[in-house]
Amino acid sequence: MEIIVNGDPHQIPQGTSIADLLMQFKLNPCALAIEVNQELKPRNVHRATFLSDGDVLEIVTLVGGG
Amino acid sequence: MGPSISSNLSVHDLDKNAVETETIQSAAADQLTIGDHVLGSRLILGTGKYDSFEVMQASHKSAETQCVTIAVRRERLHDSSGRNILDFVDTSRLILLPNTAGCYDAETAIRCARMGREILTGLENPGADWVKLEVLGDSRSLLPDPIELLKATEALVKEKFQVLCYSSDDPIIARRLKDAGAASVMPAGSPIGSGLGVLNSNSLSIILDDLKRGDPDYPVIIDAGVGTASDVAEAMELGFDGVLLNTAVAAAKDPVAMAQAMALGVKAGRLAFQAGRIPKSRYGSASSPEVGVISKKPQR
Repeated sequence: MEIIVNGDPHQIPQGTSIADLLMQFKLNPCALAIEVNQELKPRNVHRATFLSDGDVLEIVTLVGGG
Repeated sequence: MGPSISSNLSVHDLDKNAVETETIQSAAADQLTIGDHVLGSRLILGTGKYDSFEVMQASHKSAETQCVTIAVRRERLHDSSGRNILDFVDTSRLILLPNTAGCYDAETAIRCARMGREILTGLENPGADWVKLEVLGDSRSLLPDPIELLKATEALVKEKFQVLCYSSDDPIIARRLKDAGAASVMPAGSPIGSGLGVLNSNSLSIILDDLKRGDPDYPVIIDAGVGTASDVAEAMELGFDGVLLNTAVAAAKDPVAMAQAMALGVKAGRLAFQAGRIPKSRYGSASSPEVGVISKKPQR
């Protein structure tokens, strides 16, 4: 199935959780935040939240700013 | 006569030293409280636009700041091997203030604030409970959209955020933001990154007067537009509680030196504000006695 992550399409298998996806991208969950369809998914639900076809994700982190 | 004069002088010097020491100590204890956070420095710096993380880190150190702003952006999924800005921010000494920079409507700014809180919670940084709320209305001037800003402030206050509002210099919107529960209102001196300094000191003075009436400790911070140390001193002399700036240091020829200049500007302006300036007068007022002058005064 296909999901959109940070504006780009990605193919993932059925039954992929947010935690699985972060592992795939080699991202440390402590320094980022994730939205699925514009809803924040806090760290404590990453394992239990399974992604669906067509989900739109934002994965953000901290960068320099004023 | 000789010894008596010299002993008088030394007593006078002792008194002077005592006064100076007291002034320095009171300046050292002069903390800035915003919501639950107490900062030992009235200068808040940004983390953007520096040529390198090393220069940024050295500038933060040279300014002796205790708080730096930081932005929330999409993770680069294909190149996460790059250096992390957090490795160059001493979070044992500095509290992070996440911003909603680049948001043009209340809804996006609220989402951005929640994501900033989530990241800072993960990092166990005390800055997780506050946000520098920026909701822009125009991409050229980067001036705030006051209506969206107020909407976002109301929503985030309900979600228990301590909201520091980047605002325009309009006294009425400033009052509305405070009434909505903003932990601090932060009017712009001039557009972000413009270096134009304090453009409308009259409006800013009205804001200070209004927000602090009956509530003198309410923190009002000048955010954006300052170009150099004299701009910072001018803002502090008006009675601002602190200064938030980024570009003026990060894009200076020597950011580390400019950071120190800004810190001194904040201290000088703050001391001058507390000391109380003399009133302005159209005509001169002689400093030396008018009597006993050996010359005649001209008639006009």
